[in-house]
Amino acid sequence: MTYLDFLLIFDSSLRLATPLILCAMAGLVSERAGIVDIGLEGKLLGGAFAAAAVATITGSAWLGLFAAIACSVLLSMIHGFACITHKGEQIISGIAINILASGATVVASVALFSRGGQTPTLDRDERFSPIDLPGAEALADVPYAGPFYKELISGHTLPVYIAMIAVPLVWWLLWRTRFGLRLRAVGEMPAAVDSAGLSVTWLRYRALIIAGILCGIAGAFLSTAHGAGFVREMSAGKGYIALAAMIFGKWRPWPVLAACLLFGFLEAGANRMQGTPLPVVGEVPIEVVLILPYIATVVLLAGFFGKATPPRALGTPYRKER
Amino acid sequence: MTRLPAWVEYLLIPLMNLALAFAVTAIIVLIIGESPIEALSVLINGAFVYEGALGYTLYYTTSLIFTGLAVAVAFHARLFNIGGEGQAYLGGLGALLVALALQDWLPGLLMIPLCILGAAAFGALWALIPGWLQAYRGSHIVITTIMFNFIGAGIMVGLLSGSLMRPGQSNPESYLFEDSARMPQLHTLLSEVGIEIGRSPLNLSIIFAALACIGVWLLIWRTRWGYALRAMGESEPAAHYAGVPVPRMIVTAMCISGGLAGLMAINTVMGDQGKVTLQFPAGFGFTGIAVALMGRSHPFGIVLAAFLFGALLQGGTELDFEFKTITREMVLLIQGLIILFSGALSLMFVPWMERRFARKVSE
Repeated sequence: MTYLDFLLIFDSSLRLATPLILCAMAGLVSERAGIVDIGLEGKLLGGAFAAAAVATITGSAWLGLFAAIACSVLLSMIHGFACITHKGEQIISGIAINILASGATVVASVALFSRGGQTPTLDRDERFSPIDLPGAEALADVPYAGPFYKELISGHTLPVYIAMIAVPLVWWLLWRTRFGLRLRAVGEMPAAVDSAGLSVTWLRYRALIIAGILCGIAGAFLSTAHGAGFVREMSAGKGYIALAAMIFGKWRPWPVLAACLLFGFLEAGANRMQGTPLPVVGEVPIEVVLILPYIATVVLLAGFFGKATPPRALGTPYRKER
Repeated sequence: MTRLPAWVEYLLIPLMNLALAFAVTAIIVLIIGESPIEALSVLINGAFVYEGALGYTLYYTTSLIFTGLAVAVAFHARLFNIGGEGQAYLGGLGALLVALALQDWLPGLLMIPLCILGAAAFGALWALIPGWLQAYRGSHIVITTIMFNFIGAGIMVGLLSGSLMRPGQSNPESYLFEDSARMPQLHTLLSEVGIEIGRSPLNLSIIFAALACIGVWLLIWRTRWGYALRAMGESEPAAHYAGVPVPRMIVTAMCISGGLAGLMAINTVMGDQGKVTLQFPAGFGFTGIAVALMGRSHPFGIVLAAFLFGALLQGGTELDFEFKTITREMVLLIQGLIILFSGALSLMFVPWMERRFARKVSE
């Protein structure tokens, strides 16, 4: 394999990691505030459908993006209404959102487009197209750095760059602002935040809104940047891999990013290796390679290397003392 | 805090939650531009009236009783087993391996019980590992069971497109079960004694489902073990101080739960398809969560809820034929709404009801 081959694998890893990064950041913000978010998958799927549907109808990828964000935030608010306002079980609410999304997206797309649960294929100008960063062509001949810049850094769609920015942004928001400090405190010891006179409810709702926005962008990436339209179940477990990456990165932005890139790289590598026999084991079906992220997460959770400690108040609704 | 009368808590509130889920569905059907009443009548006809429809409904009910009981047993110990899907999938593998290993020299009378054991054992094994990790390593059972669903699916794809794939097939699916390892279907059994019913995959597994219901009821409410399990669900520290070996209980509870989920395979794999196909659990493991929630984790409630969902699933297939704009995925939507309203929002009406009943008492 040449240098360019490696660059192309990393390039596709980055694209495959994008929805993982956005969803994992969403999960991180939500879980840092004490709300378990199994519903990432559903929000991703809902966002993907909303983006494709609105982009088809209006012809604008941007309106699609906003619709995806709106849809995903709406699902987040249902989650909040159930488990913040009504102190319901967060895991059940998350499962409900996932099943709801996988049913509702097909029902809505059949009703709107009657194409068996798909949306019509989007034209080039109804999607987010690759952005060529300045100087990519001019620098292409510079050895090593040129192709690196042209193939890997430049030429991605907008959501990929948003994902890249989202990681430092989430880090800054949670660890460098007053809001972030409060948000994390709500996930560790809500009673303390409450006695400081702040609203636990409103803080947790805001965390869920942020999570909704991020998942919506991820959804728009799937259907209007990476793909060209919505296909049923197109999230294909990515929300769950993001959840795994978030745990694997121990609820911290930079390690979570690393985990997402690793999982993206595994998928890209598996796609490329498909059909070529490996030494010792022979030809491995891609599905078997794709379970490695899950196995890695289970091993980590088992505490065999490192220890993943979740936020202390994770999963428990806050009840004010009377 | 006022206690609500039992009929309000166990009948009125669940029915109100269910009604809310159906009301939202009706609004969605109206928005799509069809008549909810017409959709409902198509559902009911599809689930009960057409020839063989009831058989299909009961066939789905059987699968859902197994996965519903699986969720319920774990839930009594406050363990969320959302790995039913993967456990059922692996259960199919267990039945298949037993059938393939023994088919040449074992008669049906012994074959079927051994295949059932194989299904239960593999389902249990697939829950044992998450259970063990929860009990002894503190890994969260929800996350590990989700991961195990995917790991199981990956392994099954590998096997079904690899060493267990039947030669000459284009799609990954397993070798066929010999007739001796197939669960007899009801319509063939009945036609032998002269009763003709519509063709459906309904098979003897339904009897095993009924036995499983009775078994779970006895286990949870009539044994020491069940008492300890429920005590653990109420308060783990209290159970620990009372001498309950909590970690071991977690592992056994998960094994029983996984074993029940694995039994779903005897219905679909041995009772209907006669082979293990890709993704054969088809979401029934997840629907089991809804069934257990609606059935309040009690076998009696689970049978009712499984029947409701079985009817919805069967009736839903009819939607595809009768409407242009509504498909069977509508049932998935209803299912999501039911989990939302009867599960996550189950407490929504409680404060309001308590106020109403408190006023009555004070009057």
